[in-house]
Formats: sequence, structure tokens, C-alpha cells
Amino acid sequence: MSSTPDTVNDLISSGYEHGFVTDIESDTVPPGLDEDTIRLISARKNEPDWMLESRLKAYRHWLTMVDPEWAHVQHPRIDFQAISYYSAPKKKGDGPKSLDEVDPQLLDAYNKLGIPLEEQKALAGVAVDAVFDSVSVATTFRKNLADAGVIFCAMSEAVREYPELVKQYLGSVVPYTDNYFACLNAAVFTDGTFVYIPEGVRCPMELSTYFRINEARTGQFERTLIVAEAGSYVSYLEGCTAPMRDENQLHAAVVELVAMDDARIKYSTVQNWYPGDEQGRGGIYNFVTKRGDCRGERSHISWTQVETGSAITWKYPSCILRGDDSVGEFYSVAVTRGRQQADTGTKMIHMGRNTRSTIVSKGISAGQGQNTYRGLVRMTQRAENARNHSQCDSLLIGDRCGAHTFPYLEVRNPTAKVEHEATTSRLSEDQLFYCRQRGLSEENAVSMLVNGFCKEVFKELPMEFAVEAQKLLNITLEGAVG
Amino acid sequence: MLSIKNLQVAIEDKAILRALNLDVGSGEVHAIMGPNGSGKSTLSHVLAGREGYQVTAGEVLFEGEDLLALQPEQRAHKGIFLGMQYPVELPGVNNMMFMRESLNAIRRARGEAELDAVEFMQRVREKARLVELDEQLLKRNVNVGFSGGEKKRNEILQMAMLEPRLAILDETDSGLDIDALRIIAGGVNALRSAERSIILITHYQRLLDYIQPDTVHVLVDGRIVRSGDKQLALELEEKGYGWIEAEAAA
Repeated sequence: MSSTPDTVNDLISSGYEHGFVTDIESDTVPPGLDEDTIRLISARKNEPDWMLESRLKAYRHWLTMVDPEWAHVQHPRIDFQAISYYSAPKKKGDGPKSLDEVDPQLLDAYNKLGIPLEEQKALAGVAVDAVFDSVSVATTFRKNLADAGVIFCAMSEAVREYPELVKQYLGSVVPYTDNYFACLNAAVFTDGTFVYIPEGVRCPMELSTYFRINEARTGQFERTLIVAEAGSYVSYLEGCTAPMRDENQLHAAVVELVAMDDARIKYSTVQNWYPGDEQGRGGIYNFVTKRGDCRGERSHISWTQVETGSAITWKYPSCILRGDDSVGEFYSVAVTRGRQQADTGTKMIHMGRNTRSTIVSKGISAGQGQNTYRGLVRMTQRAENARNHSQCDSLLIGDRCGAHTFPYLEVRNPTAKVEHEATTSRLSEDQLFYCRQRGLSEENAVSMLVNGFCKEVFKELPMEFAVEAQKLLNITLEGAVG
Repeated sequence: MLSIKNLQVAIEDKAILRALNLDVGSGEVHAIMGPNGSGKSTLSHVLAGREGYQVTAGEVLFEGEDLLALQPEQRAHKGIFLGMQYPVELPGVNNMMFMRESLNAIRRARGEAELDAVEFMQRVREKARLVELDEQLLKRNVNVGFSGGEKKRNEILQMAMLEPRLAILDETDSGLDIDALRIIAGGVNALRSAERSIILITHYQRLLDYIQPDTVHVLVDGRIVRSGDKQLALELEEKGYGWIEAEAAA
């Protein structure tokens, strides 16, 4: 009866804002994967023998595995021999010398995101000169952290500098045998972040990958490990809202969190990788394993994610609630549009007594996007009085997209309580008309409604991050006008 | 202010409005009455610019300008306000924030300065008293969990905030009890002025006991078949629409 489809189509068909290519010369090995590739990666990283052995063990195990097909996503089989497993930019001197040499489209994207000029330079990989503020920022920053005893460095550096810590914790939450992509990661990871917060320390600032961006560009197989000793606290921001780029098709990262007694880790992600074009060509396959281990009593791990990019997202940031009275939280916004597919959710494994978990998942589907929530809540026999509350809401924009919810509940303790709520609603022409009648443009109306839908998750993000996440969402759904 | 000439509108090729003529002068209050399916809501939607209607002939001038060429938000910027028959819920959108965004969008479009938070708060409190709307509802999400009467009062509150040139109130009285009706009518009456025109679309005469119209029109089968003063509404109340429909068909 009304002309709904046209309006809504216009609304969701805007292009990827960050589809630029930055021409930085890089040191890339030829495609292909065998033991020699792994030896080469290890050698480039100047790794000790134990690390190489660990990689090879994972690789040999990986050869015995088959890639999983259970997710509600469709993609051609991945040719693992067609991927190059190591790529690093050449020296900074080879990068652009000033912002004038940087793609104006990139700068435009940064401006849209409201990123300050100096940060833009850092993100664009601009050569660092003597007056570059970020250097002093980074220096002050490092000093503050060192004074507090916090270790915050690249994973490759950690392997060399803190081998005992790495040996103790790496793979202790996500063992190489865990799943196909985690196993591949264990064999070929190129970099990532290592964070160690000593006992009783409250990390004096939010840690973010941004601060290291000039030192090492993270590769497609990142490995992140965060260890919070008893009574410590850390908030870690991953991704920043900068348009992250990745020329590679496959992104298979592993993130491990360990929280000891009374420790608290807050992990926030905003992901905006290239989603592919309207026909579904190109785009990143984002197959990530993220898991937190609440090892200590009263420990607390909180995952917050805003996923707007990637052709396929396949990730389930999870919590193992091992310690009594430990708490796990998962707050998620996942947006799919065009031909994007997302199969995301969480696992809350309750092992300790009085453990509590909260799941809030907001899925937004537009265009022909497919959005799946997949979540597992497991109450083991020991989980006396454990509690879970899950809320999964889906918002549909247009009539060609899909939302799916697969909640798995396993309760083996009669005192445990599990609650699950789910809603699906459509952003309606009535709502848009109402807003426009009140003088708002269609674009503002959509962004207001979508942000309203995501409010519960955004309030979990650190302040500046929340603002940027909102802007990002606006850009993602922009295009109503014009 | 508003001049509708020979307006013909169809929905999916089915004629709904057939040669509708209507002139509303500045400061006037017009009531449009008619049975179900006569085209009352279609008229309000077409004036506000809702999609899904084909205008097959005729024109609508608003202060001399071709209204039909404008987007819904542009019409709002010009001062057209539609009080909805079924105000929709906007989950997650704070009522106060929504009104502020709306008011400032309109002010920006007119080249006026935006109201700051303090000015806005003063104004919204004052206007909320006018429609006796609980201030708690200002902090809630737009229309979410509001009763029928609260939704309608919220519409009149928005009208009071936006100070339109032409307000079209589409069955604002439907579903209201007598107290709510009195409050809403009080709000509308307070907003009557020489610069503001009002079109009341209603099914029942009852509303007109509280808001005195200058002119009453009867819409039957997409045409205005009779216009008169308040007396006409009373006649309809007494005899129903049957006699006038029969007359129109004859």
C-alpha cells in the first residue's frame, strides 16, 4: 500500500565510508602455509624456541581438524593456501610524510568520526616527526603505566621480555585444541597485545590499541592476552572507532582474559571492517575466539561489543565463571546491512556457586543482512544459586533482512535460575513518518530510533567510546538523503 | 492560509478523495466530520505528506506555496502540524529529547537560533501544565507505555511546543473519557490565535462542545457535501450521517 521499500532501500544502501587503500609498502611473505611459513614468522619475530615449538604443535593439530559449518552463515570454502600469513609495513620512514599525502577520503572519514588531527596522523600511519604530540602522549602514558607496574606491550615483545608470564597464561583460556580458527591462530599469530595488571592495581587509564598503533600494526591473526591479578582492575578498548582496514579476507583473532580473585576486566570492542559491496563481494571474514576466565572468587569480566563491519562475523565472547560469586556480562550491538552476515553471541559457563551473568544482545538487520544471536548458558552441577538473565532484541529495517535467535540453555543444578527474553521489532514507516512530521530529517529519525534501540549497550561503553560508537552507527546507516 | 482546489487522491488506484475543495483562513477553526471511510484521515495524511497516496489531480496551496511539492519535514518546517490519530511509540527515544530535537530542527530550518537546555526546560514545563501532563512522562520514551489519553495529551503538548501555523488534529478526541477530552480541548483552545489555523477531524459532535469551530464541513465519499456553522454538527448528531449521505447520492 505505501511505498515503504523504496524509502528504506535508499536508507540502507549507502556505500562503505572507509573503503580506501593506503599505499604503504609492506614486507609480505608469499601466500601459502606449511611448517616453513611458521618457522619464518617465528624467525621474523625473533622468537625463542619454545614459542616456535608451541606454534608447530598447534599447526600439526590444525592439520587434523576440519573447518566448522554449524554457524548460520554462508561463504565459499576458504583456501588457506591462498593467504599470506605475514605482512608488516616497512619502516615508518616509508609511510606518508604528512597528512597532505594521506588519502583525503580517509581524512574525511576520520573527520566524520570526530577524531582529532594528531590521532588522525597516528591512525593514517604518518611518519612521526619530532613534534608529533602522540609521541609525548605515549611516553607520559608509558611512564604512568610503568609506575603502576602495569605491563602493556605487543605480544611479540611479551614473548621475548616476559616469557614466564606468557608461558603460564597463553593458551590457558583458549587452548590450541579449542576450535579450528583458534588452532590456526595459535600456529600463525603475528601480533597482538599483552596486558598484565599486578595485584591490587587499578590501571590508571583506559588501555587502547590506539596507543600502540605506530609501533606495530596488528595483523590478521592477532593474539591478545590480559591477566588481571587479585583485586586489580583494567578497562581495555579494542579497535577504536577508527575505520579499521584489513586487506585480507580472513581475520582469525584470539583474545584470552584471566581474572583472579576480586579482579575486574572490562573489554570493549568497536569493529568496523570492510563489509563487502552490495553484491556481497569482498569483505572480511571475522572469525574470532574471545573468552574470559573468571578464575578467582568474586571476579568480574564484562564484554561490550559494537559490531558494524565485516562481511561475516562469527564470534562469541564468553565467560567461564569458575570462581564462586564471579560475574560475567555480555553487551552487544551487531549491525548487518547489504549482504553482511553476523552469527554472534556469547557463552556463559557457570561453574562456581552464586555466579551471575547478564546478556544483552541487540541485533539490527537492514538491506539483505542476516543477523543471528547464538548464545549458550550452562549451569553446571556445582553452580549452586547461579543466575542468568538474557535479553535478545532484534530490529529489522526493511523487509529483505533476517533476524534469528538460537539460545541454548543447559541447566544441571536445580537451584540455578535462567531467564531469557527476546523481542523482534521493525523500524516502521509509521515511526519514520511521525519523526519527519515533527521536522526531523529521515536520516536523523533513523539514527535516533536506532540509537534508542541500542541505548542499553552504549551505556556500558566508556564515555568517549559510546559517543564514537553512536557516530559510527549513524555513518553505517547513513544515506537516507541524497 | 490553506487552499485546497479540486483535490483528487487515490490509494493503489482506488479513488479516495474526489474533487475536494477547502479554504481555511488565518485564525480559523474548521471541523471536518464524516462517516468511516469518507476520506478524513487520507486528507490529513496528504496534507502532512505521508507516502503511499497518489494525488491524481488538484492542488494544495499553503500560504501561496505548492504544499504537495514538499517533503513531510519541510512541511513541518513551514508550520504544519499533524496531531496523529494513533501516535506511534518510539522505544528508546526520550520524550523530552525528541521534542527538543524536533523544535530545534524546525528552528534551524527557519534560520532561528536553537533553544538552549534551560530555555527549553522552562518552556516544556509550562506547556506540560497546559495539558496537565505528568512531568514523569517527559522523562519516559515517546508514547511507550502511555495510556490512550496520555498519548493524545502528548500530541497537544508537542503542538504547544512547536507553535504551528496550521494544526490538523486527526480524531484527537477518539478514545478519550470526558475529563481527558476537557483537558485536551482546553489545551487546543489556549493555542487558538489570529495567526494559527486549526482543522479538527472528528467523528463526533462531542468535541465541538468544547472547541467551537468557525465552520463545519461534512465529508462523504471523498467530497465535502455540506458546510455550515456549529448548527450543522448538532443536526448530524441528531440525525446521523444517513440523511446527508442519501442527499449526496441523490
